[in-house]
Amino acid sequence: MQRGAGVMTPTTRLSREQLLDMSYYLALTRSLEERLVNLYRQGKVIGGLYRSLGQEGESVASAYALEPGDVLSPLIRNLGSMLVMGAKPVEILRQYMAKETSPTGGREMNLHFNDLGLGYLGQISPLGDMISVMAGICLSFKVRDESRVGLVYIGDGGTSTGAFHEGVNFAAVQRLPLVVIVEHNGYAYSTPTSDQTATPRLVTKAKAYGIPGITIDGNDVLVVYEATRDAVEKARAGAGTFMIEVVTYRRKGHAEHDDQRYQPKEEIAEWAEHNDPIDRYTATLLEQEWVTRAELDDIARRVSTELNQAVEECENDPLPDGATALSRAYARPPQVEPLWFRRLDG
Amino acid sequence: MAEVTYLEALRQGLWEEMERDEEVFLLGEDVGRYGGAFKVTEGFQDRFGERRVIDTPISEAAIVGAAAGAAHMGMRPVVEMQFMDFIACAYDMLTNYVATARYRAGLSTPIVVRGPSGGYVRGGPFHSQNPEAGFFHTPGLKLVCPATVRDAKGLIKAAIRDDDPVIYFEHKYLYRRLKDDLGEDEEIITPIGKARIAREGTDLTIITWSAMVWKSLDAAQTIEKEDGASVEVLDLRTLLPMDDDAIMASVRKTNKVLIVHEDSRTGGVAGEITARINETAFEWLDGPIMRVTAHDTPVPYAPTLEDCVLPQTEDIVRSARWLLAY
Ligand SMILES: Cc1ncc(C[n+]2csc(CCOP(=O)(O)OP(=O)(O)O)c2C)c(N)n1
Ligand SMILES: [Mg+2]
Repeated sequence: MQRGAGVMTPTTRLSREQLLDMSYYLALTRSLEERLVNLYRQGKVIGGLYRSLGQEGESVASAYALEPGDVLSPLIRNLGSMLVMGAKPVEILRQYMAKETSPTGGREMNLHFNDLGLGYLGQISPLGDMISVMAGICLSFKVRDESRVGLVYIGDGGTSTGAFHEGVNFAAVQRLPLVVIVEHNGYAYSTPTSDQTATPRLVTKAKAYGIPGITIDGNDVLVVYEATRDAVEKARAGAGTFMIEVVTYRRKGHAEHDDQRYQPKEEIAEWAEHNDPIDRYTATLLEQEWVTRAELDDIARRVSTELNQAVEECENDPLPDGATALSRAYARPPQVEPLWFRRLDG
Repeated sequence: MAEVTYLEALRQGLWEEMERDEEVFLLGEDVGRYGGAFKVTEGFQDRFGERRVIDTPISEAAIVGAAAGAAHMGMRPVVEMQFMDFIACAYDMLTNYVATARYRAGLSTPIVVRGPSGGYVRGGPFHSQNPEAGFFHTPGLKLVCPATVRDAKGLIKAAIRDDDPVIYFEHKYLYRRLKDDLGEDEEIITPIGKARIAREGTDLTIITWSAMVWKSLDAAQTIEKEDGASVEVLDLRTLLPMDDDAIMASVRKTNKVLIVHEDSRTGGVAGEITARINETAFEWLDGPIMRVTAHDTPVPYAPTLEDCVLPQTEDIVRSARWLLAY
């Protein structure tokens, strides 16, 4: 992530270099997912594949508002956030393909991995659990008097869990420096938000916890950046927990196997044609003459080259050796003994 | 009549019970319009309407709690967990509320909680679990684990009709891999609490359930062919209440016992079965009771790792040989 350098643009707190940097992460996110689709179709992705098509903007821009030392916890559709924090495409590819060389050595799938040094904590599948864990990370910041902030994502569906409620309430009452991004993308698997919660605006939940919240256009990259940065700065200054509802749209099915027949085709087309976060961002950058077409073309080429290299680098990596499955359940002993029947001869 | 899959048999059982008794209704995440993540309830909302096939928020504890309340009022709710791994989110409701309701308050809570469990599908730590042991340790619940197409149907029907809460663990690996012809003439109901001899034998008993029945049958066949020994396979079908009579009868017949389960070892159901045999039929044993289980780790994602952690047919063959030679 590039920081600070360069001349500020007139209407944002971002330099030209940073604007281009976000373009790069947006392109990288979308293209990496497209590579993954190819690998999935070739049967090289072992489990399911989850897309963030049409939501890359809110992931990239919100993560970009953090500073070194801050920590976020992504969900399955926050590939862009992971990349901004410094996760490498080759690591993501290896995770999906369950390679020996993957960050989890094949134990876990897709984005479920961490690098607390870089500032990301991988999710587990049960929705909502990461909110209280992130509250705890922020508790450590507070207790140690560190000027650090946490950011956590939750889907419209995930807000229905008890874990969401307990986690946000805990963070709120402890005044922890946590920014909660609620991704209102219209669906939770097949369930529309109107069947998930009786409130049309998820941010109204913030009121109940006594914390500030806003609803923003999740497909306007600069708006997401500004809003998250405001919240992050306030949290860093000791103002406690914030909620940001980003309104966006899930243009692909829940996962690659899902035919999304419950999503009206016109609805998908409408968002694709008129409300794509990358198209909108690119148009603004060009209209304002903050960047040139040539610079964006350069980014596209760079992304393509990097991803070619990444796929090549890992495609033929082996799967992990089976016996490694028995290590790491505990610190001590570091290895679970093979069961008796695995120690029998022949 | 045509063959049906394990999944289709489960659907048939649910469907027939909903036709038979209008107090039966379904609730869960994506079960209505979408027909469920694995399409177990596809078409149900068209037939039975939105009042009886209810799409819920992602709120496992509330889903189970609401089912319990409706059950107190005489209804027969069937809850779907999208994956059984997420039943952990409803653990408090099931163990503290539902399981104790009859004992502490004289309340009837005839709910069924069902959903896909089990591994061998490269699902990773949160889509592969067999979360049976915690509930096995909870008085007041019943647990069923169908292994066959017939029992997929027979046990869901029995579970719905049972006056106590039943957790129905279906195995996602079996969903579309198993097929059988169920005929048309008789109504299929598998009594809860009754085991089934899946294969007769005289030299050793394998006690097992769910998907492990099939691995055990494969192992038994290999041993018969290659070693000439005769292995009995007992499919428990119900874990709670456990069919002690069937277990002891088989122990008295073969005098050697291997217990096979897919869940991890420590605190797993095999330990309880072992204790019961020791208490009741120790003098009938000609060898130690041994178990083949998963290792004590989460279920990993990579095929090579998952294959190492979970029990394989070859493990059962080797263990049975060891025990036969004892
Ligand atoms: C506690 C829990 N219950 C069920 C699931 C299964 N599940 C996985 S994703 C999902 C839908 C999530 O929807 P949402 O929170 O809106 O996120 P989105 O997929 O739209 O990004 C469900 C039901 C789960 N992961 N955790
Ligand atoms: Mg959603």
